[in-house]
Amino acid sequence: MKLTATVFIALRALRRNKLRSALTMLGIIIGVGAVIAMVAVGNGARSEVEATMASLGQNMILIFAGNFTTSGARGGWGNAGTLQISDAVSIIREVPGVTGVSPETRSGVQVALGNQNWATTLLGESPEYFDMRQWPLLSGSVFSDEDVRGVTKVAVLGKTPALQLFGDDDPVGQIIRVKHVPFRIIGVLKPKGLSLTGADQDDLIVVPYTTAMKRLTAATILRGINVQAETPEKMDQVEAQIVSLLRQRHRILGTREDDFTVRNQQEITEKATANSRTMTFLVAAIASVSLLVGGIGIMNIMLVSVTERTREIGIRMAIGAHGRDIMLQFLIEAVALSSLGGVIGILVGVGASESLSILMNWPTAISPLSVVLSFVFSALVGVFFGLYPAQKAAELDPIDALRYE
Amino acid sequence: MTKPVIFIDNVSKIYSSGDVEVHAVREVSLTVQPGEFVAIMGASGSGKSTMMNMLGCLDRPTLGRYLLDGIDVSALGRDTRADIRNQKIGFIFQGFNLLSRTTAIENVELPMMYSKRRFTPTELRERAMKALELVGLGKRGGHHPNQLSGGQQQRVAIARSLVNDPALLLADEPTGNLDSRTSIEIMDAFQALNDKGITIVMVTHEPDIAQYTKRNVVMRDGVIVKDAAVENRTLARDEMRRLDAEHQAAQLVK
Repeated sequence: MKLTATVFIALRALRRNKLRSALTMLGIIIGVGAVIAMVAVGNGARSEVEATMASLGQNMILIFAGNFTTSGARGGWGNAGTLQISDAVSIIREVPGVTGVSPETRSGVQVALGNQNWATTLLGESPEYFDMRQWPLLSGSVFSDEDVRGVTKVAVLGKTPALQLFGDDDPVGQIIRVKHVPFRIIGVLKPKGLSLTGADQDDLIVVPYTTAMKRLTAATILRGINVQAETPEKMDQVEAQIVSLLRQRHRILGTREDDFTVRNQQEITEKATANSRTMTFLVAAIASVSLLVGGIGIMNIMLVSVTERTREIGIRMAIGAHGRDIMLQFLIEAVALSSLGGVIGILVGVGASESLSILMNWPTAISPLSVVLSFVFSALVGVFFGLYPAQKAAELDPIDALRYE
Repeated sequence: MTKPVIFIDNVSKIYSSGDVEVHAVREVSLTVQPGEFVAIMGASGSGKSTMMNMLGCLDRPTLGRYLLDGIDVSALGRDTRADIRNQKIGFIFQGFNLLSRTTAIENVELPMMYSKRRFTPTELRERAMKALELVGLGKRGGHHPNQLSGGQQQRVAIARSLVNDPALLLADEPTGNLDSRTSIEIMDAFQALNDKGITIVMVTHEPDIAQYTKRNVVMRDGVIVKDAAVENRTLARDEMRRLDAEHQAAQLVK
């Protein structure tokens, strides 16, 4: 018998039992729809995490004073007092593959303008900092190496203190007081929004690190050093060289622990995305369970259908149908059910993820792979769960089948 | 001498359920020549259904040889027997056995769909139409079985059995579900087909239906106890005329 004729017969059998076919497909529809929608939500979350991580800057290696991976009472990271400006200078000089270094100090300060004031974080950095963190300006400019060398009292404001002190006015050129020391504002940073932990990344004021240390905190030590590597591939090598250089400079011998901590931005990103990836897998796994359940539903209905149509099978066999023809007929019915369910499920999944992103403002990204995979999987479910009922139909004895009431 | 349509030589069918062996058919021999119209008769349990299944290649004999249209079919496999049924035999059942929710013409097309010969869709339609016209249902092709009377359904089944030009029509109690007048109509159709040279073997337990055939084979306990030509054969056309006359007479009396 021709395959097209068999397909036609199978489709007609499905059309005859519209409600039953629809209900049977529902399992597959929900399964495929859920897989696609859940993977889309997971992907959306992941790309958002990646975007947030990218706002940290590219190819960044962060060095903190002190070792915070060991137990015991410590003063928190950055306060161990082990990193000095000379460490930063030697990294620039001796480690190849480094494009930028910015020594960092950090302290809480009160900034004031007239009768307005605001508590914020003061960062002492080098001019490279803004490039490294890919942080463009809203207006004005950043300070220069001359400002660092000259210990100038200039500041770049984050969006939050700018808004708090100046409202809608342009702060560039204005003088504010930081810990009663007057600073001229030369630039305002573009807002970056919240960090992964929900902290306001824009609530800060950045000044040359020399100015911060000499005019404000009177500190001689750094909290950390930000280093940027040329390429992502060079990060591991640069990191290793920094570690050995600092150990040498700090005279740490043998197996003794570092008095500083190096963090690779890639590691941080990977950790953050790994979490959301795990979630995606988990949710997709749960969703595929419903695909499996849908498959069992198909098998159930096909078994009922074979029993119901025993007489029809008998007639077809008496008239000359081979077992193979009968088997193909029922198998195609099962596959048609499951793959039609798959197609509808794809539409439902795409619709669901679109409406989630519109109504709930969730970021979603439909993965073409998940669409293709879940369709193929649904078709396979049809083959797998249709095979047994189809085989049962094909093995019927025509005499018994004809006699079946 | 022409090649017999059915040549059964010492055929037995033994069903064994556990230790008990049931001899449904015992060493039966039978020859049917082309153009014959044979009724196989017998009470239930006489072995006529088993005989029918074997003749129809639905079942294989346990012992003996069966040549259908010159082909030894006694030891063929499932698929080969399906092809033989498709090409050599036209089945007509007591319960019509049409596919419901499938139009009459599609039911008639069915044997051609399973045929080894490939038909074009127009060829399929034309042949099915011709077969339907032959049984007087040319205008009912688009009807579903539940829109047809019992007699019409059985005639669709006859059209279906004819469509592949089989060597043998095999009818299993074809009038069992029909009233007497419709039964005569069906027998009329059979006689007309037989007059055109088509070989028909019919299983029935009704002696008056068997009177329409040319030869009666009576079975009892798995053996043939009588095999004789029919004397005073009833002609369906005469019978119908007689019924009509009676009907008119009854109307007049009223």
